[in-house]
Amino acid sequence: MKDVKCECGHVNPHGTVLCEACGKVLDEQDSKSKQLLDMRYEGSARRSQTYSKTFIDKIWNFFSSVKVGVWLIIITLLASILGTILPQEMYINLPADVYYEQEYGWFGKLYYQLGLHDLFGSWWYLLLIAMIGISLVICSLDRVVPLHKALKVQKVTRHEGFLKRQRVFGVNENVDENDFMTIKEHLKGKRYHVRVENGDLLAEKGRFSRWGPYVNHVGLIIFLLGGMLRFIPGFYVNENLWVKEGETAVVPETGEKFYLKNNQFILQHYDKDKDKTFEKAIDQAGQVVKNYQSNVVLYKRVSENLPGEERKLEKVKEYKVRVNHPISFDGYSIFQSSYRSELKAMTFLLTNKDTNQTFGEVKINLEDPKAKYDLGNGYSVRILNYFPDFEFDKNGEPSTKSRTPNNPAFVFEMSSPDKEKPETSFVAIKQTIEPFGDNTYKMAFKGINTQNVSGFTVRKDSSLWLFVLGGIIFMIGVIQGAYWNHRRIWIQKKNGQVWVAAHTNKNWYGLKRELETIFADTKLAIPEDQLQRENVDEEGV
Amino acid sequence: MATLSSNLLFIAFILYLVATLFYGGSIKSKKDKNEKNGTNKWGKIAVLLTIIGFISQLGYFITRWIAAGHAPVSNMFEFTTFFGMALVGAFIVIYFIYRTTLLGLFTMPVAILVIAYASMFPRDITPLIPALQSYWLHIHVTTAAIGEAILAISFAAGLIYLVKAIDQTKSSKRTFWLELVMFSLVAVLGFVVVSSVFSGIGYHEKFNWTDKHGNQAVVEYTMPAITGPHEGELLTKDGFKPLVDMPAFINAKKMNTVVWSFIAGLILYGLIRLILRKRIAAALQPLVKNIKLDFVDEISYRSVLIGFPVFTLGALIFAMIWAQMAWSRFWGWDPKEVWALITWLFYAAFMHLRLSKGWHGEKSAWLAVIGFVIIMFNLVAVNLVIAGLHSYAG
Ligand code: HEM
Repeated sequence: MKDVKCECGHVNPHGTVLCEACGKVLDEQDSKSKQLLDMRYEGSARRSQTYSKTFIDKIWNFFSSVKVGVWLIIITLLASILGTILPQEMYINLPADVYYEQEYGWFGKLYYQLGLHDLFGSWWYLLLIAMIGISLVICSLDRVVPLHKALKVQKVTRHEGFLKRQRVFGVNENVDENDFMTIKEHLKGKRYHVRVENGDLLAEKGRFSRWGPYVNHVGLIIFLLGGMLRFIPGFYVNENLWVKEGETAVVPETGEKFYLKNNQFILQHYDKDKDKTFEKAIDQAGQVVKNYQSNVVLYKRVSENLPGEERKLEKVKEYKVRVNHPISFDGYSIFQSSYRSELKAMTFLLTNKDTNQTFGEVKINLEDPKAKYDLGNGYSVRILNYFPDFEFDKNGEPSTKSRTPNNPAFVFEMSSPDKEKPETSFVAIKQTIEPFGDNTYKMAFKGINTQNVSGFTVRKDSSLWLFVLGGIIFMIGVIQGAYWNHRRIWIQKKNGQVWVAAHTNKNWYGLKRELETIFADTKLAIPEDQLQRENVDEEGV
Repeated sequence: MATLSSNLLFIAFILYLVATLFYGGSIKSKKDKNEKNGTNKWGKIAVLLTIIGFISQLGYFITRWIAAGHAPVSNMFEFTTFFGMALVGAFIVIYFIYRTTLLGLFTMPVAILVIAYASMFPRDITPLIPALQSYWLHIHVTTAAIGEAILAISFAAGLIYLVKAIDQTKSSKRTFWLELVMFSLVAVLGFVVVSSVFSGIGYHEKFNWTDKHGNQAVVEYTMPAITGPHEGELLTKDGFKPLVDMPAFINAKKMNTVVWSFIAGLILYGLIRLILRKRIAAALQPLVKNIKLDFVDEISYRSVLIGFPVFTLGALIFAMIWAQMAWSRFWGWDPKEVWALITWLFYAAFMHLRLSKGWHGEKSAWLAVIGFVIIMFNLVAVNLVIAGLHSYAG
């Protein structure tokens, strides 16, 4: 493909619409037209507008099109709406295949079957985001390079056709040197960068704002890269950790290097007598939680991690972990995320069913029950079987779901001096079964002890800095592009007249107001907005 | 302190109302044409009243902050009021850039409606649950509201554009949609009117009903039930019998409020039409005849340009910082977050269409209207209907 030489002598790359140096319209057909120029990207040669032969060209052109970009954004937007109709999978507390149908009927079932319950983790949503990312890279490259070149090589003196077809344009007959100087002063006062060549003038300011969109797109790309890094194992740790009061637990994913001891869990409510301001609101809402807090100690293991060797721990720090105040160390953060109260012990009384006489108390530590409790005077109780989290399994046999005492059940064997053979009884919460006929004795339920368990989230996010960086760059970019604009004013001698043209990439009203002050106290007429004239003509009809 | 605070808010509200009348006056009395330095006497008074009202509302904000011990942006009433204040603030800023009182005539009624709407929610000072005890939350919420308010100015400017540009002599799709926008504003007024009337007379009625899990529950209505709860049984003597029973998965009480607001809106709208004898938009048209279309178009775009970075910072970046502190992850796909993302994507699309596809003028004005609808949806519907972590309603 051949480069194009303009009559001003500048050699433009193939595909250029307006000469990079003087702004002459290079297409013969176009140069006859009276229409205003399309000044986007300075009429520079963009790859996507020039080549469309190979497969790569086609891909490039697809992704560099803003039309495609906008469609991607709109589709992502609509998809996101779908994801907010029903709660996403991570916010429900039942298995998804049950939850949606149970809560929302056929609609919920459909929602689940379409995979909308995990929309934001679905492959096609990720694909959409990825395509936006690719589009960002390609469309930015496609434009920023030629735009940069065109703005760099632009000459002061511009072609007549270029000036005439600017949106803001005016012609003046007689202008003296004084006016010229006044205008120059005014321009400098308005912080324009003024260049004069062969008596022609170009004043320019805010060119850097033209890079705003590209800077913000780079920020977005970095942000998306941060998201991609999360898929690398080890970059992103997100684990739950439950620690009982008084217990020390290893912090997961730290290579058994860190340990957390939970000294105490604290739950506080607002007190309407003390917090008078909130009295009415508390009356309305019932109880309002003021604080969730775990007083913890962080330890580091100093011994080798060998089997058999006793671990030696060294205290790192004490901390009160609260919501919004995580404890941080070595790239990890531990957040207070929930709590529960767990059964710790249950107490029973060995009782004669007929006389209601009792023969001693059995307190069972649910984590470590004893095999036999001797009550003296010949009375004793043995635990034949213990189910911490009782259920009937598929075959109707008693079994346990987990090691956590959520629903404890026991098979007791009760011995007493007046019975030859001990009696057997199955005791679960709210039910008793006597498998071998009627018993004389029973284990009467007396009470429970509970303990608090703090729920923590352990988080390590090595890609966080990329998100921060991307966010900062994005903000710089949008502000750069939105709060400044690129303005140029040409004042040039053509055919014995003085031609004035002005251009801005946005905020024309501001430009026109500025022109009023710049041309004040001179004989030059303020150039007119040709677009507005056209509009007025139209409206007049 | 709390009483002083509510008085200041009330004063601000009245001042905004009066200012609106003066904005109207400033448009009507443009007869003394000294076009150049724009604002006439009426207009100057209007702007002054707006500023005093704004300061008074700022006083409300500060005193309430002192009373509560935390920034008053933590429930529906407080947040929405703040949004109204930000709207007035954003207008004042834009006014001093473009000096047009017409914008005030369109912005102030919206701000007034927003504040009136806010006052229909419980106004008690609420304590903060632990997740909300973070100054990042307050920074996030205030910045987001300011961003949304600036974006809302683009809606007001877009509305002016449409009122002027759309031919009202014959009815068309465009007149229909524009009138629908007008009706929606009237319907908000309808909500305010019915809520005030029924709370004024202290209306209450109770129902036994069955929720979707088959559990029995009691619900208390504050308006006569048009839409009753699922298998509802009226407990209050002389209470109003529901006209229709709702299925269990619909919140019949909220539905009832919506229906009432809609009916009140229809009645109000009917009255307005009866008085004006033409569409609201058509009646507004003479007011906008002196403004240039590309001038309001630019105000609209400029507001998006100014508002978008503020919105990004407040609704996304600060929100992420807070979420990172409170929930250990900066993004959780909570509905409120997703709707902030949707709003952001929408305005990004808006700017790209404008910059690259040349969507100026009327298209751009319609987009500004849609953008405002999305913002309002996030504020109203997402809080009240799609409850999530951020929900103030619960
Ligand atoms: C969510 C993603 C995106 C955001 C937030 C974003 C943001 C922006 C912003 C704020 C501007 C400046 C607009 C103005 O000043 O009116 C801009 C310009 C632009 N964006 Fe994007 N953008 C995104 C995605 C894309 C994509 C996918 C493409 C590719 C097709 C793209 C192509 C462009 C182009 C070509 C410009 C104009 C640059 C110029 O004329 O100087 N953007 N973008």
